[in-house]
Amino acid sequence: MALSQGHEAQAGVMPAHEKQKTERRQRLPGIPWGSMGLSLLLPVILLGGWELSARFEWVDSHLLPAPTVILQTIFAMAADGSLWQHVGITLYRIFWGFVWGTGAALVLGSLVGMSRYAEAVFDPSIQAIRAIPSLAWVPLFILWLGIGEGSKVTLIAVGVFFPVYLNVIGGIQSVDRKLIEVGRAYGMNTITLIRRIILPASLPSFLVGIRSGLGLGWMFVVAAELMGASQGLGYLLVLGQNTLRPDTILASILLFAVLGKVTDAFLKKLQQRALHWQDSAQQK
Amino acid sequence: MSVIIEQVSRTFGNQTAVRNVSFEAEDGEIVGLLGTSGCGKSTILRAISGLDEGYDGKVNVNGKTSRGVSEDLGIIFQEPRLMPWLTVLDNVCFGLSGDKKEKREKAKALLEKVGLGGFESYYPKQLSGGMAQRTAIARALVTGPDTLLLDEPFSALDAFTKLQLQDLLLQIWETDHPTMIIVTHDIDEALSLCDRIIILKGQPGVVDKNIKLTKTKPRRKGDPELAKLKEDILRSLNTTHSGDEKGA
Ligand SMILES: Nc1ncnc2c1ncn2[C@@H]1O[C@H](COP(=O)(O)OP(=O)(O)OP(=O)(O)O)[C@@H](O)[C@H]1O
Ligand SMILES: [Mg+2]
Repeated sequence: MALSQGHEAQAGVMPAHEKQKTERRQRLPGIPWGSMGLSLLLPVILLGGWELSARFEWVDSHLLPAPTVILQTIFAMAADGSLWQHVGITLYRIFWGFVWGTGAALVLGSLVGMSRYAEAVFDPSIQAIRAIPSLAWVPLFILWLGIGEGSKVTLIAVGVFFPVYLNVIGGIQSVDRKLIEVGRAYGMNTITLIRRIILPASLPSFLVGIRSGLGLGWMFVVAAELMGASQGLGYLLVLGQNTLRPDTILASILLFAVLGKVTDAFLKKLQQRALHWQDSAQQK
Repeated sequence: MSVIIEQVSRTFGNQTAVRNVSFEAEDGEIVGLLGTSGCGKSTILRAISGLDEGYDGKVNVNGKTSRGVSEDLGIIFQEPRLMPWLTVLDNVCFGLSGDKKEKREKAKALLEKVGLGGFESYYPKQLSGGMAQRTAIARALVTGPDTLLLDEPFSALDAFTKLQLQDLLLQIWETDHPTMIIVTHDIDEALSLCDRIIILKGQPGVVDKNIKLTKTKPRRKGDPELAKLKEDILRSLNTTHSGDEKGA
């Protein structure tokens, strides 16, 4: 029995990847790099057109500098060292904002998710605060915490907090009661149940939460740096505007895009690592 | 360990699921709870296991009347209920405590027994329904419980695997003599495994019959005595067509 089923199971597990690959190839016949090449097509054409129209002055290059000019701006900043300063301080702010926001959300979310009392005490107030558009806090934070790092990190933490908080609660409350029963049947106490069943079972939801939290964190770092910063990528935006340098603005935007993508890819990798056991549709 | 159930009733809201159910499982006895769907078999098992404490009446396990869960009980649920984030091996180790290496040795030996040797590192999503249920069976057996509660453990399996696992259960019973209470709606299964069959009927469910089987195990399928008993049981369950006895 074991032998024959071994073959069956392996046959069921292994070819799934194969099948998907061949399917993808069949969907795009004749294109050398497959879907990758196809999705690069449009950006390449757009970038080429942009470069040409800036070079030949079809558009005013004072307003829309060519992509190569933007890259040059970045290289120049890298060469004189200011790039690392700006990127460094922005990453520093988002890192601490993310850590504080996630930490607070984890603690409060777990409490509210596990206990009816905590839910009654905290959740209504937190939901009420959530209704305030978070950017409205900026003036207050600046007033309270000054224009230093404190107010910026706090603002980012507020942005990160809510998606993580909601997802932690959602994750905990949707843990399968039947799995918890298995633990109870083995006489496990509440702490053990939390550690061995509730935490791992709500991990998927938590990871979704920190990914959208990080996305909001990037949004809030821009907001924080737009208002009263003397360093950082957001400050470059203001600088570009004030000195009429659209290449600086676009360079900053490009850096935001790249950094946002890289940090998200990192979390996505983490998510895939941690959740390889999940039986979900989008997994290969 | 003996299990004595006295006048157990369970009401959900204003609907009574079971009423005044009493029976006894002696030490080492295999008791079958037989009945149609929805008559309260799982409800009684949950009351015995202590997972449900909202019942009226008394449940006495090994001379102690208590309401909480007891670690000497092993439970096999109607569904596998495996932790999806654990491998087959870790799922089997789930309820064990103590030295890691020892746990793994024990779990491996049991997986071998249920025919899952070589699948230790698989995750539940990679298992078929039958393999998942066998993992769950191994998980319940690995602690060597004195009393086993089984809620339709084989109902999701194909006929062939079912027979094999019934044999496995009898094997385990022969070596360790655990008390077993097994819920089923498969009359053949009850007849081949049980020393006593409790028939539940109606809604709310009440005990209709308490039949003691003295025939030695293993029992032959075509035994005329058992065939007659099956007729009786079918009649008391009111299923006139003999093809109906195996609900899904
Ligand atoms: N948690 C619950 N809340 C409300 N009603 C319940 C609950 N659990 C069971 N019931 C009711 O109790 C009755 C018996 O349910 P139970 O699950 O014990 O049936 P069963 O005999 O195990 O059926 P099956 O063979 O289909 O598993 C049913 O009518 C069901 O609706
Ligand atoms: Mg049931």
